[in-house]
This record gives sequence, structure tokens and C-alpha cells, in this order.
Amino acid sequence: MNHNYQKDISGCGLTGLISKKKNRLSGSHIVKSLCLMNDRGNGLGAGYAAYGIYPEFKDFYAFHIMYDEPSVRWTVEEYLKSNYHLEKIEEIPTFPVKAISISPLLVRYFMKPLKDKLVGDIQEADFVVNTVMKVNSEIEGAYIFSSGKNMGAFKGVGNPCDIAEFFRIEDYEGYIWTAHTRFPTNTPGWWGGAHPFTLLDWSIVHNGEISSYGINKRYLEMYGYKLTLLTDTEVAAYLLDLLIRRHGLDIPTACLALAAPFWKNIDNKDEDEREALTALRQAYGSALLNGPFSILFGHSKGLVGINDRIKLRPLVAAIKDDITYMASEESAIRAICPTPEKVWAPRAGEAVIVNLED
Amino acid sequence: MFKSLAPPEYLATIDREKCIRCKRCIQNCGWGVYSWGGDKILINTSKCVKCLRCYHYCPEEAIEIKDNPTKFKNNAYWSFHHIRNIKRQAETGGIPLTGMGSDQNYPILFDNLMIDACQVTNPSIDPLREPMELRTYLGKKPSSVKIEKGKDGKLKLQTKMPPQIKLDLPIIFSPMSFGSISLNAQKVLAMAAKECGTVMNTGEGGLHEDLFPYKSNIMVQVASGRFGVNPDYLNAGVAVEIKIGQGAKPGIGGHLPGEKIPLEVAKTRMIPVGTDAISPAPQHDIYSIEDLRQLIYAIKEATNYKPVSVKIAAVHNVAAIASGIVRAGADIVYLDGFRGGTGAAPSIIRDHLGIPIEHAIAAVDDRLRQEGIRNEASIVAAGGIRSSADAAKAIALGADACAIATSALITMGCTTCGKCYTGNCSWGITTQRPELTARLDPEVYAERLINLLHAWTHELKEILGALGINSIDSLRGNRERLRGIGLDTQTLDILGVKPAGR
Ligand code: SF4
Ligand code: SF4
Repeated sequence: MNHNYQKDISGCGLTGLISKKKNRLSGSHIVKSLCLMNDRGNGLGAGYAAYGIYPEFKDFYAFHIMYDEPSVRWTVEEYLKSNYHLEKIEEIPTFPVKAISISPLLVRYFMKPLKDKLVGDIQEADFVVNTVMKVNSEIEGAYIFSSGKNMGAFKGVGNPCDIAEFFRIEDYEGYIWTAHTRFPTNTPGWWGGAHPFTLLDWSIVHNGEISSYGINKRYLEMYGYKLTLLTDTEVAAYLLDLLIRRHGLDIPTACLALAAPFWKNIDNKDEDEREALTALRQAYGSALLNGPFSILFGHSKGLVGINDRIKLRPLVAAIKDDITYMASEESAIRAICPTPEKVWAPRAGEAVIVNLED
Repeated sequence: MFKSLAPPEYLATIDREKCIRCKRCIQNCGWGVYSWGGDKILINTSKCVKCLRCYHYCPEEAIEIKDNPTKFKNNAYWSFHHIRNIKRQAETGGIPLTGMGSDQNYPILFDNLMIDACQVTNPSIDPLREPMELRTYLGKKPSSVKIEKGKDGKLKLQTKMPPQIKLDLPIIFSPMSFGSISLNAQKVLAMAAKECGTVMNTGEGGLHEDLFPYKSNIMVQVASGRFGVNPDYLNAGVAVEIKIGQGAKPGIGGHLPGEKIPLEVAKTRMIPVGTDAISPAPQHDIYSIEDLRQLIYAIKEATNYKPVSVKIAAVHNVAAIASGIVRAGADIVYLDGFRGGTGAAPSIIRDHLGIPIEHAIAAVDDRLRQEGIRNEASIVAAGGIRSSADAAKAIALGADACAIATSALITMGCTTCGKCYTGNCSWGITTQRPELTARLDPEVYAERLINLLHAWTHELKEILGALGINSIDSLRGNRERLRGIGLDTQTLDILGVKPAGR
């Protein structure tokens, strides 16, 4: 177990939106919203995640991989080819931006695990997770930063507008968008360190610091997750994967484990609920996310916003028509939705859960 | 009579000007240091153990207990302690006994670990304004739970939870038997446990009927002597502990001399009055891990599946042993470091066997995680927890809760003089002499112990607040919030802690 990592401490701004009716919206909205919060970042990292952007490849895992060193590309591709059917390989389209002078090589792959590799009772998703863990922890200079279906993350070192321009975010159309700008106080200046963090369909943007990181990390390691990044946001992504995908909790229940209600509130519930919540806290004490945070997490079926148990970081939500907005600041919402029907500040620890309509 | 060549450790002195000859010192000293000489107090200083009872009860502050300035010639290798022990052994041919935990100068890792605090990037939390949770549940946890939403939208638990011991703070009392300590001392522990929402442990001495009202705050112990064990006893408390070993005397049994076995102790232990109570070194039905498993399950069957704790001394292979214990079905692994206290142990054993609790917690927590079974049992750490900071560090290293004994006895007057094995404790703690035990008024001293637990509760909350977390769950095993100072690379690696500055 590696305890010798250096934690990346950062402040930030985040924003996200979801069209319940699955209307695909151009990336220009989210870019506008994020760029309004430019001063919440310091130009050292920004990123976007979008769902519904690859309809023509929706049955394939879309891997976005960054290579610090172009030569490792062949090592990774050899490995992928021996385990996956690769439907399409292409460099992620980028646009030269003055402020971004250097960038890693960025390649995306649409692929499916080879049938004969899924031996025994290994689930397809576990197989993909293992690939991500293996490449990210064992192949130096290569980093898979997106691995879900019909979704993708785009991120790098730069301010929100430059990163958007660089990745041509406006050219994508998605029904869920999240975005993030950073204010790292110690910067490794590594593209992989920007948000969103993703694993399979989970994508996370996070504002804050997870003070329980040390135990969250060790807890996840017990379940085979390899925490390779220099940031604490990674634990949130993996905890969701563990609780929801592997342990089968539904999203609201998983949120109750991660930002658990206080004992004094649990004790006041009627017997059944008290029993359920007590057991949840007993079993998932090490998964409790503690410290100041607001998090947006996107997944294939919806978007969730959640605050820490005492709301030490801002989060505002708003609704207009079939679209729900969530952001660090109300102004970031009003920049793209000047007249929302409803605006509210979700209470500490109370998740805002929005699901796509079928 | 041949005068001992082992010089006295302390010099008890009385300022004759100040002394008003009230004779309270004679009355208070359990060791018979003082006697009445007709016109003044006589002092037999070779009997003095520096428990300071006389000092506290002298109305005139006339008494001073000094360390004997007359020492053997300074020698960095042959210490006073070595030479004195040899002289004592030459006189008696016996094994010098001692009480309390080791007082030798081994490194103390707790004192080389510093706790983190928040500044700017993450806010600290004010425990006076925000909730701070110390609640801890000891017992096996399922790795996941199944919860369904009923028709009414309410959550309903589908998983059967193993039994848990609920604690309002992550501190329990270590086992101390009636026999090794007085019934009054046990009452103090029981009353404080009840008031503070934690548990005391009977130790291997059975359960006296006076403690029946405190059953929901008592863990009963089964050790190699099986004293006082019957089905009612096993079912009396909230959990049962199997004692394999003790940090102060790993691999060694216990011996409560007949003099410490008056009627009440005998009744509770279910043995004849005045007989020596011998606890063999091993449990004679546990010669292997399979045997332990059988005993664990026999107890579970007998108690309708109460949690079972297994207490072991922290020894070199503690990680592998603990893993075996968890796999054998224990709900709690109780680790006792070599600094842990004792009522009586050979000093050669106490001072040279075992390992510190800090290493043991780290090694066991790591091993259970590597094997994916950390949730299968709680870890209780004991053996020299001196303050809430020690407890916080032990928990950050990976313990679920800490157990304290010496700290609790200190609230009752104990000064850690280390002479508990004599049965003469002047504070009425480790004695059965009625005139001494009568001094320990349970009501009065329970109040002091409750105060201590309240103080530690406040301190732990302050520590959590400074760390920017509001639940003890987020400190447990969170070694990232500890830093080592002056520790070598390998020790840091074992503890899983970075050096300060990194
Ligand atoms: S208790 Fe103090 S004052 Fe009283 S007899 Fe002893 S030394 Fe003198
Ligand atoms: S309990 Fe009594 S005899 Fe034992 S160390 Fe404390 S004061 Fe001394």
C-alpha cells in the first residue's frame, strides 16, 4: 500500500446541467456558464464531461487516453488489442490555442472487450475497470481519463475558455454536461489531474477537499481499487462505483452513505429507517466523505449534486423547463438561464438527484 | 536479621517541626512504612513504594518522599535497576514481581507522531457549534448492506446485522478482575461506563452480584483459569471476551495469591477461600487456532450469538495471529501492547517481551485490509493509552477504539507506583484488605472517572474539529492525517505514515 503520495489541494468552481427529456444541447452553454466563474480557478486546470455525445458508437466503451510520451501509445494499444475489439481509433480533435502551448497526445478508442476474455464470472464492467486500473497504475506516461459508453471527458491544464476552445467543446451535443475549473494550490501541472474524473459511466467534478481521504483510499484499496492520482476526487468516483455498481445500492442510498445523516437525526427516525440508516453507517463508516465539498456526478441515467454534511462549500440548483442546473454560484446558472422557474440552495448532505426520462 | 544489600528506592522523610503527630500517615500507609514510637513517628523507608498516599493525607505537608540519592556508582551499562535486581534475587532466589506497565526507557512512538490540522484550504470545524460524532460500534460489519425502499418510501434493511456494542466514545475499560482490583474499584468502572455510554470488563474474576445493575455496560471475560464461568455469567454482559494473553506478560499465566482471596472474591471466582487462583499460561483447551474457533462458537452458541472478543498480547507475529483470530470468527480483536498494565507480572517478562501497541495496530490493520477482512472484526487497542491524543493516534493508525486501565486507576488515586502485586495498595484499588478498600468510595471516585472521560470526549472533538472532520469514522485508519517526527524510514513504512514536512 502506497502512503507516499502528495495530495493535491485545490479550490474550484463547478457547473452542470441535465435535460430530462434527453434533448442534446451544444457544449456552448456549459462553456459559457463555466467561463463566468473564471476567477474560481487560476488557469491551472479545467474540464468538461458530456453524456450522449457519441450516439453512433453508443454500445462501445469510449476510452480517452492521454499519452505524455507518444511512444507508450504502442504499448497501450498492443495491450488493448489483445483484450478488446477496437471499432475505431482516432486522435481527439483539438484546435490550436495560443495559451496552450504544450499538450499530451490525446487519442480516443471505441471498443468492446473480446468475448473470450470474459472468462469465469467476471462482469464486463469489472473487466473494463481492471483495464483502467492496470494502464493507469502500471504504464507510465499513459492515462485513461474517460472510459464510459456514449460519454466522454475532456480536460487539461488551462483556463475554462481555452480548454473549451482547445477541445472544441461547442461541437459536441449532450443531454448531461458537467464542467469544472480549478484553483490548485500546489500544482503538478499534469493534464490528468484536472476534473472531471471518470470511471466507466461515472464522472465527477468536485469542489473541496476530502479530509477523510486517507481512510477512503485505504478502504477502496481493500476492494482492489488502485488510487493513482494526485487528488482526492478520485475516491469519490471509486466509492460511487463500489457502492452503486458493485454493492447494488441505489443512488439515493449511496448518497446517504457518502454524506451520512448525523446520528442524532438517525436516532429520531422510526424503527425501520433507524435500523436501515444505522446499518448503513456501520457498514460504510470508512466510505463517509468528510470535509468541505460539493460534488456533481454524472452517470448514464442522470445527474446528482451533493454537499458535505455541514455544507462547507457552495452549491445552487435551478430548474427551467426540462433542464436542471447545478453550480457553485447562482450567477453561473443565470448566465445561461436568466429566468429559472425555481432556484434553491440544497441543504447540507441532501442530494439533488435528477434522472433522465426513459 | 541480615540487612538487605538492595538499597531502598525512596526515602520517606518527615519534617519534625511541622509534624503534629496526628498519626494519619500510619493509618494511611498500606505498606507499614510508619509506626508510632511513643513520642514520634518512626519510618521504615525500605518499605516505601512512593504511592504518595501519606503525602496527600498529611494535614501539615510534613512528608516528603525523595528518590534515594544514594545510588551505586554511575554506570551507563549496569544501571541501578540491574544491580538492585541482582541483589534482590541473590537474597530471595525468586522472580522479582512488578505491577503496572513497563516503566523502561523504550522509544514511545505516540510521542513521535503528530496530528494534522486544517488551514485555509479546508476549514476547521468548531465542536461547540457543529455536531461532532464519536459514536463507535464494535463488532463484525457486513462488507455491504442491502436496503430497500418500502411502499411508503421508507428505507428498510434487508441484511441481518451481526450484533454490535454501541459506545458513545471510542474508549472502553480494559479487563481488571475482582481479586486483582477491589470491588469498589470495579464499581467505579461500572458506574462510569454506564454514565458515559461505554463498557467495563470483568477480567478473569467472575461477576460480583453488586455489578448486576450495570450488565448492559459490562463485557465478561473467559480466561485460562475459567474462574466464575457458567452460562449465566456468559450471558450476563453485552459481550464475551476470551483472554489469550496480556501485553504486560505475554505467554505467562496469572497467579492471584491466596491472601488476595477473601470470601467475596472466592464466591465470585467460585473457588475456596484462601487458595491461590492460578491461571495457566495457555488455555488448556486452546492449543491451536482451530481450538480457538471451537471455543468462540461454543460461546456464541451459549449466548445466542453475542459478540466475542479475543484479547492477545502484541507480539512479533501479531498480524498473522490477528488474521487467524478474525478468520476463527472473533467479532473483536483486542490488542494489548507491551506497555499495558498488570496487577502482577515478573518484571523480566514485563520489560522484555512483546512489541509496542503502535506497531501492532498498524500491522494488524494493514494485514486485515490486505486480506480483505478488515470489516469482519473491530480492533481495540490497549497498552499505555495515556491521553486522548494517544487514543486519537491509535485510532488514526487503524484501531476502532482504545481500552484504558491505568488512566482510569489514576483517577482513583493511583500514582503508578507499580506495587499492585503486594495487595497493599494504599488507595484501595489493587487490594482486598477491607480497611484499605473502604477508602475508595465508588460514588466519589466514579465522578472523577466520569470527569476524565468527559474531558477526553471534549479533547477528541477538538482534535476532530481541527482536522476538519465531524465523525470519528473519518479518523479511523486515516493515517494520512498523521506525520512522524524523528522516525526512521522503516518505522514510517510499518506505520504507513509520512515524515513531517512531506
Ligand atoms: S500525617 Fe503528617 S502530621 Fe500526621 S503524623 Fe504523619 S507526618 Fe505527622
Ligand atoms: S494501583 Fe495502587 S499499588 Fe498499583 S500502582 Fe496504583 S497506587 Fe500503586
